[in-house]
Amino acid sequence: MQDIILEMRGITKTFPGVKALDNVNLKVRRGEIHALCGENGAGKSTLMKVLSGVYPHGSYDGDIVYEGRTMSFGGIADSEREGIIIIHQELALVPLLSIAENLFLGNEIASHGIIDWPSVFKRTEALLKKVGLSETPSTLVEKLGVGKQQLVEIAKALAKDVKLLILDEPTAALQENDSQKLLDLLLEFRAQGISSILISHKLNEVSRVADSITVLRDGTSVETMDCHADSISEEHIIRGMVGRDMAHRYPTRTPKIGDTLLQIRDWNVWHPESAERQMIRNVSLSVAAGEVVGIAGLMGAGRTELAMSVFGRSYGRNISGSVQLRGKEIDVSTVRRAVDSGLAYVTEDRKELGLILDETILCNTTLANLEGVSSHGVIDDNQERKISEDYRAALRIRTPGVFQKTVNLSGGNQQKVVLSKWLFAQPEVLILDEPTRGIDVGAKFEIYSIINQLADEGKGVIMISSEMPELLGMCDRIYVMNEGAFVGELARHEASQEKIMSMIVTA
Amino acid sequence: MDQTKTLKNRQAQAVVAGQGTSSMSNNSSSVSDSSAAASKPSALAHMKHHFRDYGMLLALVVIMGLFQVLTDGTLMRPINLTNLFLQNSYIIIMAFGMLLVIVAGHIDLSVGSVVGFVGAAAAVMMVHWGWSMALVVPVCLLLGCAIGAAQGYWIAYWKIPSFIVTLAGMLVFRGLTLAVLEGQSVGPFSPSFQLMSTGFIPDVFSDDRPNITAIVLGVIAAATIVFLAARARARSLQFGIEDEPFTFYVVKNGLIAAAIIYISYLLSTYRGLPNVLITMGVLMCAYTFLTNRTTLGRRIYAIGGNVKAAKLSGINTERLTFLTFVNMGMLAALAGLIFAARLNTATPKAGLAFELDVIAAVFIGGASMSGGVGKIIGAVIGALIMGVMNNGMSILGIGIEWQQVIKGLVLLAAVIFDVVNKNKSR
Repeated sequence: MQDIILEMRGITKTFPGVKALDNVNLKVRRGEIHALCGENGAGKSTLMKVLSGVYPHGSYDGDIVYEGRTMSFGGIADSEREGIIIIHQELALVPLLSIAENLFLGNEIASHGIIDWPSVFKRTEALLKKVGLSETPSTLVEKLGVGKQQLVEIAKALAKDVKLLILDEPTAALQENDSQKLLDLLLEFRAQGISSILISHKLNEVSRVADSITVLRDGTSVETMDCHADSISEEHIIRGMVGRDMAHRYPTRTPKIGDTLLQIRDWNVWHPESAERQMIRNVSLSVAAGEVVGIAGLMGAGRTELAMSVFGRSYGRNISGSVQLRGKEIDVSTVRRAVDSGLAYVTEDRKELGLILDETILCNTTLANLEGVSSHGVIDDNQERKISEDYRAALRIRTPGVFQKTVNLSGGNQQKVVLSKWLFAQPEVLILDEPTRGIDVGAKFEIYSIINQLADEGKGVIMISSEMPELLGMCDRIYVMNEGAFVGELARHEASQEKIMSMIVTA
Repeated sequence: MDQTKTLKNRQAQAVVAGQGTSSMSNNSSSVSDSSAAASKPSALAHMKHHFRDYGMLLALVVIMGLFQVLTDGTLMRPINLTNLFLQNSYIIIMAFGMLLVIVAGHIDLSVGSVVGFVGAAAAVMMVHWGWSMALVVPVCLLLGCAIGAAQGYWIAYWKIPSFIVTLAGMLVFRGLTLAVLEGQSVGPFSPSFQLMSTGFIPDVFSDDRPNITAIVLGVIAAATIVFLAARARARSLQFGIEDEPFTFYVVKNGLIAAAIIYISYLLSTYRGLPNVLITMGVLMCAYTFLTNRTTLGRRIYAIGGNVKAAKLSGINTERLTFLTFVNMGMLAALAGLIFAARLNTATPKAGLAFELDVIAAVFIGGASMSGGVGKIIGAVIGALIMGVMNNGMSILGIGIEWQQVIKGLVLLAAVIFDVVNKNKSR
């Protein structure tokens, strides 16, 4: 008889237009480390948000049985009260408060609103000792490195009497020895009877500490493996993560690849704030006319940073390397110059970085090339209207007219507006960063068609995507990126999800 | 020459690209057809949809009507109407610049002090040093630009919050005003300088009242507005888009034209059109054009709407932010000259708390605190609402203390109206 601390049964969660989770089952035994594996977008984080009450009871279907009782959490506070603590990928610490203040934030040791500082410091010291962190409780969190901050997060969980600890990609931002320390800590907790759910891409870590593994794919649970009963190979896990039908999801294109258009050589970029962190290491890439080139990698691999640093040095500092278009060095030191040289960059985050949400489709369409609809600084509004109507029709943006504010459009239509903007800027090379994120399947197909059309017109396309099938379906060539460097390059015929995944996890 | 050529090229390519991509969509034309049919609202529905746009104009009319009744017709008497424009001209002039600053997502608290400082500088130059007006006016406008540049530099290029920089500027220029004037009032100015503020357009037709020139100019202005509106409508219809229903369009433009002619008639029965009214009118047209029709204006709105997206679209956000402050400084200097000319003396207290009136006018006029939203005409209406209330309440003999309270509540009400309206439309 196994002692089950948590069972999630038949969890289904739908967002408008997307089924994020479809009948997912997860069973965690008491005192085990349970790894949750899957690609980006497989539904891991969504599942954990359902568990922790971020998506409250009633917004999903299925049951959560915890400690033998069916739970209906209305928010994070409810799940934390039961001892379920989640540590997110993005740390949720307040940088300008001390470790002690952070540990007890919202949970202060106080009577009548007055904080009992001596007890706070005493408990903080005890907790820091537990996680093996030798800092004084009054140290400001911003003074700590990412690894130590991660430990503070864990100490914070311990302060709340954790029974089930959920870690979302805890080692993604950590150096090797910090990762080891953290994993050792998990093993120690296991000895004390605390259960953990570990979300990780790094299969070597998973196979080192996990007692069982559940693989998610496309919002469904594929299988659960018991690491002690079976001998589990990494290939087996990878196959579980990526194996899926991918026929007919991508429009076909016969590549007509011409001469090299864009050539980036020895590109190096450092982090904008911490000068010693190198974000991009010696990256070189090329795109030919009519070619769609993909950049594969996990979140945090440095793909967006690479694109933004090339596009007008919009990211990072101490940037070095050369960019050539048709064999001639071009100046990409500002966005304006990059655009004038023939580059365009469709951002990953269209709401934050791509669109002026309160403005109309018309304004957004012409924003990057206002010169194209004006003379001597005066906008020809007839021309502007005509051009944006043309793009609206050509890209099939489904709205009554171009005077709609973009804030009210669906994700697919918003993305088409951003594409219109960059198409009208007449680039030779387009960098598309996650062009289909958060878009429904039908709109995705349309975006793919637009990309193919651009390639057929002789433009070079660089496509960054976390969805490997998309890269495999669209690209003539794929670069694989990990931790700021290119770790492999695959031609269309030799590329497969297994190959890309193993390049990433073994790098 | 070269540049225009490449621009034309880009346009040509754009159309080609548009056609190229359209070949893959075969039902695109039907989409736009149905959309044209869909955008045909009734006059009432149109009013409802654009309630925000006309709400404040309506409020202005209601407030004017109210005070007209309460003051037994004193409000709209020609002499009072003339005073109303003279009293509020400098606020309205600064509101043009403030609108751009606020649309770009910033604020300028220093304008009141700049008004005082520039007035003081002009007084010293003209009264103490004996410089001519032809020299002093351009020098003072340049001084205003320099002040705006000095503040805008830190805001635009060093990303220091505009609230802080201009708060510092407010203190600095108030202090400099005192220093330049040595605590005294300096005046009087030459009669020609006074005309900037208190002068009127002379009547070229006769010496008697009514002033025929004023009426003629009023009719010309009204005709121009009607003509421009008709042309814009015709163009829109060419594209199959009806911006507003026909009846609404006729009534709206008819009312506006009638109001302009009526006001110019009223003014003509006193001394005609004040010079500042003309200055204001010209600036209003210029800034309306700038915000509506130029790439510069469009980009300022883009910066306020989403500075990151604007930057990633190749817009030089720093330089534009800098320029909006230079422009603000220049308009504050112009307001300073007009105000000094009106009082016929430069005093250390000139312009005190003007920044609050200007900012209030812009927000009452519908600009958004977070930037990206606001109209020149809105700022003018906002300033007039404040001005009419000041004027009307003074005529009624309401004490300054209650005037402040009422004005504060009106500002709050206008912004609440905005927020509620926005939430409803979501």
